[in-house]
This record gives sequence, C-alpha cells and structure tokens, in this order.
Amino acid sequence: MSTFELRSRLAAGLGKRGDRDASQAAPQGAAVPASPGRPSGALGRLGAFKGWLLPLAIVLLWQAASRLELVSPQLLPSPEAVIGEILALANSGELVEHVAVTGGRVFFGFLWGTLAATLLGTLTGASTTARELLDPTIQALKAVPSLAWVPLFILWFGIFETSKVALIAVGVFFPVYLNLMAGIRQTDRKLVEVARVYGLGRWQIARRVLVPATLPSYFVGLRGGLALGWMFVIAAELMGASEGLGFLMVDGQMTGRPALIVASLILFALVGKASDALLAGAGSRLLTWQDSVGNREDAGNV
Amino acid sequence: MSDMITEARTGRADPMLELEGVGKAFADRSGVAHHALAGIDLAVGEHEIVALVGTSGCGKSTLLRLVAGLDAPSEGALRLAGRPVEGPRSETGVVFQEPRLMPWLTVADNVRFALGDLSREEQARRTAEALEKVKLQGFEQALPRQLSGGMAQRVAIARALARRPQILLLDEPFGALDAFTRRAMQAHLLELWQAERFTMVFVTHDLAEAVTLADRVVVLRGTPGRVVETVPVELPRPRRGDEPEAVALERHIEGLLDLG
Ligand SMILES: Nc1ncnc2c1ncn2[C@@H]1O[C@H](COP(=O)(O)OP(=O)(O)OP(=O)(O)O)[C@@H](O)[C@H]1O
Ligand SMILES: [Mg+2]
Repeated sequence: MSTFELRSRLAAGLGKRGDRDASQAAPQGAAVPASPGRPSGALGRLGAFKGWLLPLAIVLLWQAASRLELVSPQLLPSPEAVIGEILALANSGELVEHVAVTGGRVFFGFLWGTLAATLLGTLTGASTTARELLDPTIQALKAVPSLAWVPLFILWFGIFETSKVALIAVGVFFPVYLNLMAGIRQTDRKLVEVARVYGLGRWQIARRVLVPATLPSYFVGLRGGLALGWMFVIAAELMGASEGLGFLMVDGQMTGRPALIVASLILFALVGKASDALLAGAGSRLLTWQDSVGNREDAGNV
Repeated sequence: MSDMITEARTGRADPMLELEGVGKAFADRSGVAHHALAGIDLAVGEHEIVALVGTSGCGKSTLLRLVAGLDAPSEGALRLAGRPVEGPRSETGVVFQEPRLMPWLTVADNVRFALGDLSREEQARRTAEALEKVKLQGFEQALPRQLSGGMAQRVAIARALARRPQILLLDEPFGALDAFTRRAMQAHLLELWQAERFTMVFVTHDLAEAVTLADRVVVLRGTPGRVVETVPVELPRPRRGDEPEAVALERHIEGLLDLG
C-alpha cells in the first residue's frame, strides 16, 4: 500500500469519526461498492439482508413439504394457512391488541427488573461492603429456578397482571445485575488513577470514568435481560391469561388450530427480535468508541 | 560524595521536590509487610531532569506514585514546591507507561479531561495549544483506537502538559515504542522541557535514554529499593547516547546494577 493510500484511508476514517451523525446515518453493513477487504459479489451486495436468507429458505422448504403433503397439516400447517391466520388476526384488530398486551407486560417487567438490578448492581459493584453483605443472598436467589417463583407470586399478587410482571422482572433482573456489577468491578483502575491525578472528585470519577467504562457490559446485560423477559412472558401467559400472544398459543392448542400456534410463535420471534434491535441500536449509538471486532468494519474499508 | 553533588546541583533555597527518608511497605494478604522502598533521600531542583534507573521491582514506579500523591509513604516526608504531598496536586503532570487514554473520548476531549477546573474557553485554548506542542493538530476528533502507540503517548503527554505542570513525572514513557520513535520522542520532550521549564523526573530501563536526557541519574537497587549512587551527567546538550563520554557513563551505571 502506498503512503498516499494509507494517509487518505486514515483521513477518511477520521472524517467519518469526526462527523458522528453522518457515520450513523449510513446503516451498518449497507450495500457499499466492492472494495478490497469487503466481501464482493452477490452475497456481499446483499449486506444486512443476508440474515433473511435462512428464514426464506426455511419457508420455501416448509412450503414444499406442505405441498407434497410430507407432513400432516394437523402437525405443521402450511405457510399459507399461517399467514392467513395472521392476516385474520390483523383484520379483526386482535393482533395489535394481543401484541400490545404481551409487549406491555415485557415492558413493565423489564422496567422494574432493570431498575432494581441497576440500583443493586451499582451498590455491589462500587462498594465492597455492600457486595459482601448483599451479593451472596442475590446469588443464592439466582440459583432458584425462576419459574419456581410462580406459585408464590400468584399467592402474593393474584393471577392477574402483577404476578406476570413480577415474574418477568425476576427474569430480567439477574443478567442486568450480574453484568453491571462485573462491569463496574472490571473498570480499569488505571483510568481511575488518571482521573485522580487530574483532580477529579469521587462523583466526577463515577460520572466521567465509571459510567462510560461500564456501559458496554451494562448493555450486554440489558439485552440478555430482555431476551429472558420474552422467555418469561410466554411462561406467564401459558399458565393463565385471557389476552396476549401466549394466550393465543393456548387458544390454538385448545381449539385445535395449529396455524394459530405457529402464527403466535412467529409473532413472538418478530416482536422479540424488533425489541432487541431497538436496544442494540441504542447501544451501538452510545458505544461507537469501542474497539471491538464489530466496530472494525469502518476502520479502513470506506 | 554524592551528597555534595546533590547540593551543588540544587544549591537553591527551595528545591522543587524533596524526599526525606521515604519508605513504602505493602501489606500482603496475610498482613505481612513487604518493603518496596526504604530510606530514600532526594532533592530535585527547579528545571532539573532526574532519571530513576534500577533493577526490575526495586520500587521505581512506587517512588513515582508517592511523588504523584497516588499512594502515601509508610515513612518519611515528601515536599513538592515547599508543601507536603498529601494527594494528587495540580502542579504535577503524570505520564504512565501506557497512554491511559479514555477510549470513549476523542483526542481533544482526553486532553480536556485534565482541565476540568478551567473555563470552557480556557480549556479549548489550552487543548489546542497542547496538541500543537505534540504535533497532533488535525487529530482532535480521532478516537484513541485510531492512534498508533507513539501518537497515543503524545496525547498523554499533551494531557499532562495542558495543565502547565511545574513538575512532570514519567514512568517508562517510551518503553513500549520502537527505537526510532523513541529517539524522536526523546528529542521532542527535551524541546518541550527547554521551552516550558518544568522539572522532570522519569523512570527508564534504557540507560542511553537516562544519560541523554537527565542532569542526574539516580540508581536504585535491592529489596527494599535504596539509592546506591547518584550519577551526575555533565555533558553539553544536545547529547547522543553513543558518544564515548555517554557510553562510559552508561557502562558505569550498568556496573552498579550488576553488583548485587
Ligand atoms: N500495590 C501494590 N501492592 C503490593 N505490592 C506492590 C504494589 N505495588 C508495588 N508492589 C511491590 O513493590 C515492589 C516494587 O514495585 P515497583 O512497581 O515500584 O517496581 P519497579 O521498580 O517499577 O519495577 P519495574 O522496573 O519492573 O517496573 C515490587 O516488589 C512489587 O511487588
Ligand atoms: Mg515500574
């Protein structure tokens, strides 16, 4: 590589960094003219849509299998039947209703679980005394299979919303708590020392060093927590609900409509993936500085 | 003998930095004290450059951390600009062996990080000035991960200089750099020192570096680390590490380290 090329590459990289908004406006992995180092050819041009190839292939196989009647429609309904079921739900307005109910439960469970985890994780991460006092108990509670809380929550909060939200909150709590505590504890002591050398006080060190340094692992925890939130909402709804995607599943099972079961499964996947993408998007917006493999893309091949 | 030289060199009423009988012990897990440093007496004059050399683990970094106010001595007294060192001080700039930049801040914000107590305009002015001094104009908006090792260390030096320190402490600042970059950085640091007139105490493993930069080389050895000799370097600047006089001094220091 010539020096000139090297310099212009560096300049391009810097320009992009300098203009944060511009670099974010371009979606990551969007189609870019083939250049050295970036996979070229048909696959390369597909960019982020590569992720859709496998689901598409599965649907095609599935369609073929249904057409050829390799599986009984009572076990696996055809894609058309499933799509029809989803459209019917959408037309009657039920789709929005059920998705909103389930989404709302996850939202509030996630909110409370995250709040509690953030509070406790900050405490045990920052203070050795707090950790020695609280962490053993929290770890012990973590060992309880989360579904084992259900009878107690139903006893305490009844069979309606509160017990469901509480169960989801428990699921969300642990990944967020553990990652936050670990993140704070693993913060580079050397960076804290720099802050001390330059006269920053305790609170300033917390705000200007600990918070940004902890953010990456906090986001890992949030995403893990959200995934568990979706897992637990199904559990909660399967055990008794009159609305929500989990209820639709039970309904499909009771009334012998496999297409409805598969339809709610697909809806779960879509809504879950969408919420995760939202969170991941917020995270990468805050964490552009990270020197991880995922961020390497923009280092030179522009 | 070495005391006389110290006096001759720092024959001023108030040395910039004074250490009297300084020692440091660390307690291990079972509470047993391990002495890292003992009985260190040292006076560093204004605008003087002192190099600390010594075998690995003899307490050089520990000594620098005591001067920086990052750790407290177990015994003895440290005075900086006439006042006891009780914690990090605004007169002090520190450059560590690693650049220690905040990876989430741009180059400019990393420099500004050291200037929290100043007005916004003053921060901007000093940041621009410091980056110019280390020849990094144009990189203000770069992130640390986009810098080479030498560039990152220059940002760390700019961060320390932006505070206009009276004393600059450097712990093996160029240890991780290749020989060519290291020499360029040494020359550059010396230029800055000539222009800014700060006092400088630095740790190095590179005896040529010690002899080309320093007015005095303090040789430490042992566990706990003690000063075995203070070697004055009275060669005109600019110096080269391969001049016969310099080489003779390097040999002499090497001999001191090999004893033991
Ligand atoms: N925070 C600490 N806790 C316990 N022991 C320490 C601590 N810091 C340093 N020591 C001990 O003090 C001694 C001196 O360490 P120091 O880092 O000052 O050596 P050094 O001369 O800088 O060595 P090197 O040339 O390898 O950097 C070592 O034995 C080390 O184990
Ligand atoms: Mg050291």
